[in-house]
Amino acid sequence: MARELDCAEAVREALREEMLRDERVIILGEDIGRYGGSFGITKGLFEEFGEKRVRDTPISEAAIIGAAVGSAATGMRPVAEIMFSDFLGCAMDQIFNQLAKMRYMFGGKINLPVVVRASTGSRYPFAAGAAQHSQCVEAWFMHVPGLKVVTFSTPRDAKGLLKSSIRDGNPIMFFEHKVLYYARRVEKARQMWPELIGQVPEGDYTIPLGSADVKREGSDVTVVATMMMVHKSLNAANQLSKEGISVEVVDPRTLVPLDKQTILSSVKKTGRAVVVSEDVKTCGVTSEIASVIAEEGFDYLDAPVKRVASLDAPTPYSPVLEERILPQEADIVKAIKELVS
Amino acid sequence: MALDKSKLVEMYRMMLKIRRFEEKSSELWAQGFLPGLVHLYIGEEAVAVGACSNLRKDDYIVSTHRGHGHLIAKGGDMRRMMAELMAKRTGYNKGKGGSMHICDFDIGIVGATGIVGSGIPIAAGVGLSIQSRGTDQVCVSFFGDGASNTGAFHEGMNLAAAWKLPVIFVCENNLYAISVPASKSTSAKNVADRGVAYGIPGVVVDGMDVIAVYEVVGEAVKRARSGMGPTLVECKTYRFRGHHEGDPKRGLTYRTEEELKSWEARCPIKTFEARLIEQGVLAKAEVEEVERSVESEIAEAVKFAIESPPPDPSTALEDVFV
Repeated sequence: MARELDCAEAVREALREEMLRDERVIILGEDIGRYGGSFGITKGLFEEFGEKRVRDTPISEAAIIGAAVGSAATGMRPVAEIMFSDFLGCAMDQIFNQLAKMRYMFGGKINLPVVVRASTGSRYPFAAGAAQHSQCVEAWFMHVPGLKVVTFSTPRDAKGLLKSSIRDGNPIMFFEHKVLYYARRVEKARQMWPELIGQVPEGDYTIPLGSADVKREGSDVTVVATMMMVHKSLNAANQLSKEGISVEVVDPRTLVPLDKQTILSSVKKTGRAVVVSEDVKTCGVTSEIASVIAEEGFDYLDAPVKRVASLDAPTPYSPVLEERILPQEADIVKAIKELVS
Repeated sequence: MALDKSKLVEMYRMMLKIRRFEEKSSELWAQGFLPGLVHLYIGEEAVAVGACSNLRKDDYIVSTHRGHGHLIAKGGDMRRMMAELMAKRTGYNKGKGGSMHICDFDIGIVGATGIVGSGIPIAAGVGLSIQSRGTDQVCVSFFGDGASNTGAFHEGMNLAAAWKLPVIFVCENNLYAISVPASKSTSAKNVADRGVAYGIPGVVVDGMDVIAVYEVVGEAVKRARSGMGPTLVECKTYRFRGHHEGDPKRGLTYRTEEELKSWEARCPIKTFEARLIEQGVLAKAEVEEVERSVESEIAEAVKFAIESPPPDPSTALEDVFV
């Protein structure tokens, strides 16, 4: 049986089911106990599982990740919540020198089944987070061998991918876009992006890491997009279909490992590619995916690969300025039209 | 000393093993047998041995860039250690870690880290695991005086104290963070005084006296095993070599000869040996016997390492993920 959930509910359900399934799964982070997390994701888990398995931590991001690393190395399966992905900087050594590298530098002796969940991205147009509560930082972690990087755009994917991440056995950076949390509580979000709410199977299912999903089939242009950009791209595709342009939207879901096959197959079919991501353009998610297409799919291309990403500036507070920085549906439409014209 | 003879001799042997292993490492480094840097433990042997003599095989430690002594004291195999230093496939880390990351997970070593201070939150995590699993294991976190000024020290220590985790924080205060004296890095007289800030006991101990370290850490281990939480133990010690092999003049560019000599006069092995002989625990002949057996173990370790093949290049991409 499936029912309609939003992504916040889907993430919570995955956490709860995994905690019921495996008592080694513990969660730790700031305000995740009675308070239920800053975005309400862990609501009810403290009451159900108690303070030993749902740990409110001090404001100590390095210690949160360090505690996850040490406990994972010795038999637990911790899921650490970092309230905003912007705060990952406070824990960076623990993530990129310890979590990512320990298994390798100890000759494969240590397994680190750690999931680091972090809310990410801009809340435009619903809330202005400014420069330190709005960033998308997935690309930092794509650059570190030893970490898997997971994103999602739909409730079904959220639950299935989080379950796979918890069971994977490797360090996982699991990014949850904040607007994806908003579907239930903000009507305007549902109206703008109807697929923020979707059918989610009850009970256990997983979605393998490293498998992209074609969110919409099309024949003229491939759009590769993640998280909120999937929804913006779907709207762009709807709009363009009225003008006779058929757009295929591919969500890689996991950025590491990247399902190159699905992306390249799509490009082979359409001959054109636009890569869309909310992180800033320079050395970003779009840089990597566009490089893969150029390097491994050059012969399929009828036009150069285009990228749509945030402009290279910190996120401003003013919604007027933020709108200018962020990739908008109109930017995606424009890029696609430039390719097919 | 309420310890029986076999334990005392074992502690003596362990310290000597570390000393001779490190001397051999120094020699091999100078001869070009080791592709990377080594930070030697010479002078600090009483800390690792005093602390680890309280531990069971299933207890944990988290080690540092100056970690050879910790590994030997926890029961490491010197053949696989030497092979790792020489970057051989038979090394503990299959040639992927080297001196700074040398460790044996099977005897409870949850890594050796080259980022100063970073092992402290990880040790707290090991404590979290022990508490979650409900066993009576403990974890010893080794770090230096330099690490005590990192943010990781504060965050890890605070978390372990707040959650009463079974961790013993052992600060090896050898007075210098590379070249900068501890007195220039902090206005606190003792690192152990910081225990007050976390609501845990902070104890200063003579890190040149293996029995003193054994007893203080023993108390801390008892506390941790019985669920009373962490202790911060500061061992005042000194490294007789430079920060790393190759540090000019054994660090005499920033330390005085007089200071070095005064600490060398308190050599933890020589003083312990004299004490054991004086108390009739060890006879001169037994000392020589220990010395001989340690020497032959090390010769065997070197032979094993030299004869071991390097890693196969195809293994470079193994062990990134499970």
